[in-house]
Formats: sequence, structure tokens, C-alpha cells
Amino acid sequence: MSSTSVARNGGASLIVDRALEGAALVGRVTMMYGDMVRSSLGRVPPFSLILEQMNAIGVGSLSLVIVVALFTGAVAAVQAAYQFTAVVPLKFLSAVILRSTVIELGPVLTALVVGGRVGASIAAELGSMKVTEQIDAMRAMGVNPIRVLIVPRVIAATLMLPVIVVFADAIAVFGGFVVAVLSVGVPPATYVQGLKDFFFMKDIMSGLLKAFVFGNIIATMGCYFGFATEGGAEGVGGATTKAVVSSCVLVLVTDYVLATVLFRVIFRD
Amino acid sequence: MIEIRGLKKRLGTRQVLDGVDLDIKTGETLVVLGPSGTGKSVLLKHIVGLMDADAGSIQVDGEEIVGRRESELNVVRRRFGMLFQGSALFDSMSVGENVAFALRQHKRWTEEQITQRVAERLEWVGLKNIENSKPSSLSGGMRKRVGLARAIVMDPQFMLYDEPTTGLDPITADVIDLLIRNLQERLNVTSLVVTHDLGSAFKVANRMAMLYQGKVVFSGTADEARHTDNPYLKQFMDGSSDGPIQPV
Repeated sequence: MSSTSVARNGGASLIVDRALEGAALVGRVTMMYGDMVRSSLGRVPPFSLILEQMNAIGVGSLSLVIVVALFTGAVAAVQAAYQFTAVVPLKFLSAVILRSTVIELGPVLTALVVGGRVGASIAAELGSMKVTEQIDAMRAMGVNPIRVLIVPRVIAATLMLPVIVVFADAIAVFGGFVVAVLSVGVPPATYVQGLKDFFFMKDIMSGLLKAFVFGNIIATMGCYFGFATEGGAEGVGGATTKAVVSSCVLVLVTDYVLATVLFRVIFRD
Repeated sequence: MIEIRGLKKRLGTRQVLDGVDLDIKTGETLVVLGPSGTGKSVLLKHIVGLMDADAGSIQVDGEEIVGRRESELNVVRRRFGMLFQGSALFDSMSVGENVAFALRQHKRWTEEQITQRVAERLEWVGLKNIENSKPSSLSGGMRKRVGLARAIVMDPQFMLYDEPTTGLDPITADVIDLLIRNLQERLNVTSLVVTHDLGSAFKVANRMAMLYQGKVVFSGTADEARHTDNPYLKQFMDGSSDGPIQPV
């Protein structure tokens, strides 16, 4: 067999291995999700645990999200103004900023930022608990760790991401306003009128639905890789990286799927 | 009574448990000795269903553990208390919250009842007024004692100790040994202690067993162990590298 065909076969088997690993991962995450639903149907975790996580995930992420959103809006204004030059009247600037933020930039960028922060934090915390036998200790007491540790985090992230996205959208539109008025020279009234003319409820709803799904993905991946941690500090580091990378990739893939379903099927005019 | 028959477990390529047969009689303290890596902790985790056996049977007062669903195991586990090697305290919670954890999950008690029980069990292990401390601010010995208080808070029928004195200075280790004996008398619990600390073993044991290469190679009373001519136990007690036990 020639070296070229050996290399080709090796490459093919590597792809098959990776595909099988991916399928197994999807299967395991689905099983964990099933356990999660089953355990919360039996007995919902205390609201105090959910509230604690809502605070950590939502309030804790707000300052970072505000900074990201402010500059996202500002950059959107600069870029749109540059591309509109001699082509599109600047009165449409605020409409472009509003719709691109609410539909796409707000939910996706917020999910990527929160995914980095919260996904890593969940995976590291649960991973440390796993390697120091704290999760085994919980099970040894007859307590279901999925109900106590995973369910509150997933519920909190799912509920809080849309809330954070509302803040992010508002801040981004404000950031765009500041740049449009002070730097590009759009009159404030024109900017505001553009926002009013191009405000569509379906844009807001689609952005919030995306955020809802992204929040669920981020917490689920963080919890899955946290619970799957093996070994010591190295294992915790690996779990953290996998949680962040997988949640970011899944957010982008899901964004495409949701965009297709929402704008080519549901909201198709 | 806990009856273990033909228990087998393979982890990767290694047969960690290779047909373990062991009885732990009601009210007694059985110490399982053995060199590091012979499957002592794995055995302990099987008894409380934290690991799934490949083959064999574990019966707790006649009730089979192997092959049970997690939800069924959770009911059986409430009869157990377990002290982990590294204490396994929940580091996001205070000492009081750690000890109260199982009560809050399983009992419909008032906060006052919970506070009283937590203070009582902490006092049993020689700790007072540390409910608000974080586990990270405690010494190794104190962490073990908090772990012990957490393990006995539900009045267990069975206590499992995983290397209770490992990593402790001799005086603190003696305090833990005394606590294990006191708890046995106070709660009349059936205890299984896994250790490679011989001094500790002889202080707490009614009976002893030795595990080597996944099998029980000795079983007898503490007195029989002291005067044994079993080559495995003798080598282990002599602390010699020469004998049937091969250093890892």
C-alpha cells in the first residue's frame, strides 16, 4: 500500500473516530438531560438554590455584558456609517443598529461572553467537586446531585440569559446612538425616529427565544463537562476548556438553525 | 449485617476486585487492611452503591444493593454514614450547612431542630461554635471531625470510614480513633473501616480482614490478627518488602 493511501486511510479513520466520539457525546448529554428532567419532575429543587444561581449567572455577568454591548453598538454605528457612505441615507443608521443588535449581535455576543464566563465557572466548580469526592459524598447521603447541582444552574441560566440580552440590546443601541450623534453627525431625533420606524416585536421575540436556548446550552455543557471530570487539577482545566469551546460552537450552530427556522419558516412574510 | 459475595470490579485493564467475600456483622467494627491500590476504597464505594459491580452480590440486612436503580439506592443510602478520605466537605457551604445538608434534604424539621442537631453532633466530635466557619479555614483533623459529624447527623445504622487517619499527626489520629469507638458505642452502628494505618486498625477493630490483589487473604478477630502466621498479614504488619506482597 502506498504511503499516500495509508495517510488517506488514517485520515478517514480519524474522521470516523471523531464522528463516533461526537455521537457518543451527544448521547451522553441527552441522557444527562433526561436524568435532569426526570429528577426535577419528581421534586423541584428549592427556589433558594435557583435564585442563588440566577444571581451568580445573571447579576454576576452584567458588568461584562454591558461593556461588550456598549462597544458592539459603537462599532456597529461606525461600520454602518462607513458602508452607507454615498449609498444609503444615514437616517437608516439606527434601524440597522437596532435590528442587527436585537436579532443577532445581542443574543449571540452575549451568549459567547456569558458562555466563556459562566460555562467555565460551572465546569470548574462542579469539576472540583467531582475530583474532591463532594459529589460522591452527596450521593452517599442519598441526595441526587443532578437535582441539587445541575437543575438549578440550567434553570437559572435559561431564565437569566434573555434578561441579560434585554440589557445588552438596550446598551448596544445606546452605544450606537452616542457614536452616531457625536461622531457620525446623525441628529438625535433622526436616530430615535429610525428606532421607532423599524421596531418590530418579532425581532425582539426571536432574539429572546435565541437567548433562552443559548442559556440552556451554556449551563448544560458546563454541567455535563463538570460532572464528567476525571483526575485532578488537569482534569478540571480540561473540563473547563471543553465546556467553553463546546458551548460556543453549539451557540453558533444553533444560531444558524434558529435563524433558518425563525426567519424562513415562522416569521416569513 | 452486610454480606458481600464474589464481588468483582475491573477498572481499565486492572481487576481491582476479584471475587471478594466478606461479612460485616451487626454492631461490629470490621477493619479492612491492605497496601495502597488494592481496592479498599473501591470496595467501600460498592457497598454504598457509588460504583457498579461487574459481578457478585452485596446484601444490606438482606436487601440486595448490586444492580439497583439510583433512586432505590438513595433510600438505602440514608441508613449509611460515610467519612471520605479527604473529608469531601462542600467548600461552598459553611460547617453548619455541611452538617445540616442531609437533614435539610430528607427531614421536614424546623430550623431550630436542625440547628440543635448540628450543634449536638459537632459537640460529639469535640467541636463547638464553628458552625459559621468555612471548611477551607479548618485544619485536616478538624475537617475530618466535621466530616464525621456530617456522616452521623442522620443517626446511621452503618458507618463507612475511608482512610480516617491518613495524613493526620499521631495525636489527631488517636482522637479520630477514639471518636470511631465512641460512636460505635453511642449509636451501636455497624462499621467498616478501610485503612493501611495499623495502629489505628488495632484501636478500633473487633475483626480484621486483609485485601490483596482484589481478594480477601485474611479474615479474623483483632487478636487472631495480632498473632497470625498468615504470610500476607505478617509481611504487612512487619512493614517488610520481602514476602508474598509485591511492592507496586
